[in-house]
Amino acid sequence: MTINGWIQILIFCGIVVLLVKPLGGYMTRVYQGERTFLSFIFAPFERLLYRLAGTSENEDQHWTTYAAGMLAFNLLGFLVLYALQRFQAGLPFNPAGMGAVGPELAFNTATSFVTNTNWQNYGGESTMSYLVQMAGLTVQNFVSAATGMALAIALVRGFSRASAKSIGNFWVDLTRSTLYILLPLCIVLTLFYVYSGVPQTLGAYIDATTLEGAKQTIAVGPVASQLAIKMLGTNGGGFFNANSAHPFENPDALVNLVQMVTIFAIGAALTNVFGRMVGNQRQGWAILASMGVLFIVGVIVTYWAEAAGNPLIHALGIEGGNMEGKEVRFGIPLSALFAVVTTAASCGAVNAMHDSFTALGGMIPIINMELGEVIIGGVGAGLYGILIFVIIAIFVAGLMVGRTPEYLGKKIEGKEVKMAMLAMLCLPLAMLVFTAISVVMPSAVASIANQGPHGFSEILYAYTSAAANNGSAFGGLTGNTPWYNITLGIVMMMGRFMVIIPALAIAGSLAAKKTVPASAGTFPTDSGLFVGLLVGVILIVGGLTFLPALALGPIAEHLAIAAGQTF
Amino acid sequence: MSKMKSVSIMDAAIIVPAIGAAFKKLDPRSLARNPVMFVVAVVSALTTVLFLKDIAVGNSNLGFSFQIIIWLWFTVLFANFAEAVAEGRGKAQADSLRRTRTETQAKLLTGEDRAKFVMVPGAGLKVGDLVLVEAGDIIPSDGEVVEGVASVNEAAITGESAPVIRESGGDRSAVTGGTQVLSDWIKVRITAAAGSTFLDRMIALVEGAERQKTPNEIALNILLAGMTLIFVLATATIPSFATYAGGSVPVVVLVALFVTLIPTTIGALLSAIGIAGMDRLVRFNVLAMSGRAVEAAGDVDTLLLDKTGTITLGNRQASEFRPIKGVTEKELADAAQLASLADETPEGRSIVVLAKEKYAIRERDMRTLHASFVPFTAQTRMSGVDVEGSSIRKGAVDAILDHVAKGPAAALASSASGVATMQASSASIVEIRAIAEEIAKSGGTPLAVVRDGRPLGVIHLKDIVKGGIKERFTELRRMGIRTVMITGDNPMTAAAIAAEAGVDDFLAQATPENKLQLIREEQAKGKLVAMCGDGTNDAPALAQADVGVAMNTGTVAAREAGNMVDLDSDPTKLIEIVEIGKQLLMTRGALTTFSIANDIAKYFAIIPAMFLAFYPQLKVLNVMNLSTPQSAILSAIIFNALIIIALIPLALRGVKYHAVGAASLLRRNLIIYGLGGIIVPFIGIKAIDMVVSALGLA
Amino acid sequence: MLKQLRPALVMIVIFTAITGLAYPLAMTGISGMLFPKQAEGSLIVENGTVIGSELIGQNFASEKYFHGRPSVTLGPDPADPSKSVVVPYNAANSMGSNLGPANPALIERVKTDLEKLKAENPGQPVPIDLVTTTGSGLDPDISPEGALFQLPRVAKARGVPEDKLRDLVSDLTQAPILGILGEPRVNVLALNRALDAMAK
Repeated sequence: MTINGWIQILIFCGIVVLLVKPLGGYMTRVYQGERTFLSFIFAPFERLLYRLAGTSENEDQHWTTYAAGMLAFNLLGFLVLYALQRFQAGLPFNPAGMGAVGPELAFNTATSFVTNTNWQNYGGESTMSYLVQMAGLTVQNFVSAATGMALAIALVRGFSRASAKSIGNFWVDLTRSTLYILLPLCIVLTLFYVYSGVPQTLGAYIDATTLEGAKQTIAVGPVASQLAIKMLGTNGGGFFNANSAHPFENPDALVNLVQMVTIFAIGAALTNVFGRMVGNQRQGWAILASMGVLFIVGVIVTYWAEAAGNPLIHALGIEGGNMEGKEVRFGIPLSALFAVVTTAASCGAVNAMHDSFTALGGMIPIINMELGEVIIGGVGAGLYGILIFVIIAIFVAGLMVGRTPEYLGKKIEGKEVKMAMLAMLCLPLAMLVFTAISVVMPSAVASIANQGPHGFSEILYAYTSAAANNGSAFGGLTGNTPWYNITLGIVMMMGRFMVIIPALAIAGSLAAKKTVPASAGTFPTDSGLFVGLLVGVILIVGGLTFLPALALGPIAEHLAIAAGQTF
Repeated sequence: MSKMKSVSIMDAAIIVPAIGAAFKKLDPRSLARNPVMFVVAVVSALTTVLFLKDIAVGNSNLGFSFQIIIWLWFTVLFANFAEAVAEGRGKAQADSLRRTRTETQAKLLTGEDRAKFVMVPGAGLKVGDLVLVEAGDIIPSDGEVVEGVASVNEAAITGESAPVIRESGGDRSAVTGGTQVLSDWIKVRITAAAGSTFLDRMIALVEGAERQKTPNEIALNILLAGMTLIFVLATATIPSFATYAGGSVPVVVLVALFVTLIPTTIGALLSAIGIAGMDRLVRFNVLAMSGRAVEAAGDVDTLLLDKTGTITLGNRQASEFRPIKGVTEKELADAAQLASLADETPEGRSIVVLAKEKYAIRERDMRTLHASFVPFTAQTRMSGVDVEGSSIRKGAVDAILDHVAKGPAAALASSASGVATMQASSASIVEIRAIAEEIAKSGGTPLAVVRDGRPLGVIHLKDIVKGGIKERFTELRRMGIRTVMITGDNPMTAAAIAAEAGVDDFLAQATPENKLQLIREEQAKGKLVAMCGDGTNDAPALAQADVGVAMNTGTVAAREAGNMVDLDSDPTKLIEIVEIGKQLLMTRGALTTFSIANDIAKYFAIIPAMFLAFYPQLKVLNVMNLSTPQSAILSAIIFNALIIIALIPLALRGVKYHAVGAASLLRRNLIIYGLGGIIVPFIGIKAIDMVVSALGLA
Repeated sequence: MLKQLRPALVMIVIFTAITGLAYPLAMTGISGMLFPKQAEGSLIVENGTVIGSELIGQNFASEKYFHGRPSVTLGPDPADPSKSVVVPYNAANSMGSNLGPANPALIERVKTDLEKLKAENPGQPVPIDLVTTTGSGLDPDISPEGALFQLPRVAKARGVPEDKLRDLVSDLTQAPILGILGEPRVNVLALNRALDAMAK
């Protein structure tokens, strides 16, 4: 670890923290329907859109209606994306002449993008036409992110409203998330990326003749516009197979910094939106602080492990940290930081190959995802994920102050606990059960690229990433098989909707409750103590479940490597 | 304060039957009430069956499996035992209650005449029957006195042997079956059928027979069930992980890991905590009609407290005579004393005492004075005396001034001298009002005195705020509870006393209607309200309040409306009730936190032991340096079982409540039960491991 | 749910139009106008032929060139296009090795590369970036140490003094942005072009 490495990490954290208030303030205004500087462009358009859709910004929905709208929209989005892939060969914007995508892979990819996972069992430049990349994948990059943001706001309304039947209007939240937040930021970011060297063209792949006279086909495309939303919407699906390790998708350290900041920006700002909407910004900061603690610990472990390097290679007489699968322009600190950022938020973009990380360096991304993507998390998903943990934490420890547990004046009772536990249950169910089946299925084990505990980690990583809607991978695993395409698709749906529906139910139930005014007897939820409690509950309730799996994967691998063993 | 004989936790009389009960509770129907322990029982049974199969097949290493299975069953039995001990304490109390419920013969009246009755068995009485109860008789069932006055010994239910007066009409008309009339006679209309009397309900409550899970307990059960399911997934997937790694894990080890991970500690003690909470109230001589009410008590945000008897001593005392101009203090004192001679109220007595102390006016005999006493009525709102041709009245200032306006002075108004009197009067009326206002502002009650239509002055009656009450309110404020004083006084007086007592707010000139209104307003703000009351007109408010504590001396209506009954009829107890409610919730939270925090150490004990066979390098996770894998697993499961026993006293006693803010309470409890929960099992498991390996058990 | 079908349909159509077509197409148009070079892929054109991209690494095997990092990108086998073989720096199929840290294949590969490099420049410590594969398979850069390590070989092959090459390497070394962000690096293609230019 170097001082310069830590300075870069601190610069990153500093920028994220500085963005929280201004972005949070702006987003709050957007979601509360107040005028912003963009209203003069979008407000008339919005009204027209709502009229076309047969709704209105004044129409508030019960949580079940909200959920039904969200499901209908996602189902339709899935069908469109599936069809686009299946028929891409006959559709325009296909200069490379890509053929139809197979049914299982198309199912997997459609699920993956609709659920904001962006797990990729395909190589972008070798599989998808420009049309699919733009009208299919980029669209879902926007709207799956907007869906997550809408849901987070709906849950926040559950806390901020009292004795209310409704939690907002899904269509309005969806539209505003897209038009006022994602789109304008993406336009600015795209231009910055192109300026920095990211291609944005509809032209065909380029044939170059190298200095040594060989032929090199250089894949290009409308990369920058997809890159902008891929980060901002924590989607993570790369235009290219190598994702943000590809020099076109991440040309230098400044672009890299902007990418990392945009992964965290909206998720971090949403904690502030939460604070503002419930009337106490400190509540938002407390949540962000809990996320921050977990994040920093992850960064320390991964950076330390990667900087320490691979003892098996050191044994050959080479010094230095682990550079296998990393790019020189980012080096070890920015690769380690990116790995933690992208898995803490459910982005899944990578600027280095996680599969080649050291055992412990690669364990942190797994843990980040196993905790349910609550460290900043996916846009929106992170907030509602951590609020579910908050409900559990409040319920477990809140009783210790001698009152029925309450959070922000809302009593946490049977129904909330039931829904929160349902959401919590889906993670081990999806992550562990499918891993357990796959590791004893010879055809599934055949997909692994590394033997021994690392191969186990590859499979564990895959289902963990899918369930957490992250999308990053231990890339050695050959995921493009019918078994993985289908089961990972199912797991992605479980990870998304088995959390969303309970979260909306909680929102509905909380909104209907009275708000109990705070008193000296109220459990304080904006203090350091609460931060500590929340972190503890996330680790113990959310994390311990996975300890056996981690022991048999990365921990066993780490200890074996230390003892000089290979697999 | 607790008058019932409290039973110590580790009394052999309770322990021995509890051991038996622990086995009886293995009945699946009773286990099913507790999801966590039910699951433990199921897996224990499963491993037992597998074990029997192993014996049949003749597998080796049975000794280890056998020990694990024994401890699995102990885990279930210890949980049952905890519940049985908690119930046992209640049962002991129920038995002593039951002994008082002897078979009674009732004198069922056949007509108006109280000489005409037939003897019937008490159990055969119906609601609405009229019975006669005479000195020495046991009151056959709950009822309301419709005629007569009697002194009653209620020791059977309150433990207090001093007799109390029960009379028809008013707020002391309720009698309880099983209590004994000591003197005189009363006619009682029966209000409860046999089997549903107050005493029956009380027995059922302390026995825990009627115990239903409270909302909080249900939510906690959901949480525990959910965590159990999560750990089912965590452990059920291990065999296939192990297969991948080229090894295998015996079922008995998986079961051991599973049972130690699921929250057995809190699962085992949850119902004991609930029963003990009710029991603690009972020992405080408060009967909660449901566990829900006890929980609600912990949540109370606003306490409505009656001023009289709770905040101030019941009686106001004369502290000063304030004559108007032209009247001497002694003159006023003399008149006031005369007017109060026959007044037996504490206020009246205090006037006589003050006159004697300050002005040495000796007590006089009404009869020798040929004075006739004019008693207080609700219409006149004054009392006094007619003596030697002059009439002296004292009473509320308004009432007295009213009396002056249309009294003898008004009659004289036609005469020339009457005009002067009138003028004098109007000047003195202004003065009286001024003095009265001054007294009221200071929290006192002004009592005007008039002689023959001429106002003399005002007696200052002072409310005496109970010693130590201000500190109690400060404590409550620190707990986050707002206190509201309810009083019939005018707002000025109320404000002064409120300030002196340190309550947060007050409701002056309270009527049953505005009391109810106040409760509704507080509840609309999302607050939970507790109050106590005794009169029939308190019933609507008691029913509306989230915690309504009815005084045992109160009317049947009040007792029915409230969700708790205070057998001692001590309104101050509301504060203790709140503390008991909080203690109940805290104990649950503390043990839940402790239970969950325990998991860390258990993982570190079992995981290395479980995987060591195929990944020897995992021995570094054996941070406790446990001697062998078997010993590690066995120690963890033994610790898991023993901790239940070790925590029974805490579950029954409850976590101590400190009246500090929630923040410091949380910090304290998080350190003790959260951090403690992480550390204790590390030490415990290590210690057990040392014993286990020393004994050569594994 | 059926009642939600109309808004769902309207929204998906409108958002596809806005974010899927209007947004990327407009961005393509604007980028093409503002930053035409970058938008097309920062291509290097010499005498009308594209010789590569400034940002994409190329495979160098000749003794006369500085070599990039090991790349294991796959491409069609020239002998049998239905099979895939390692075609280093295949810019149409970016990928890393995905070898785990305990994989004997990784250790073997590093060992082989190491021996080759050690033979080239004995006695010098081998910089780790020269024996580890790039994440994308297209890393355009090596570390300054990596360039300096290869310097004696290139100097010998080209017959130029080492000092001259050392100056060239130090001229072409890109410092971290603002001295902080990123790592110092040398673009291999730029370095090799400079070598060729020097030779002319």
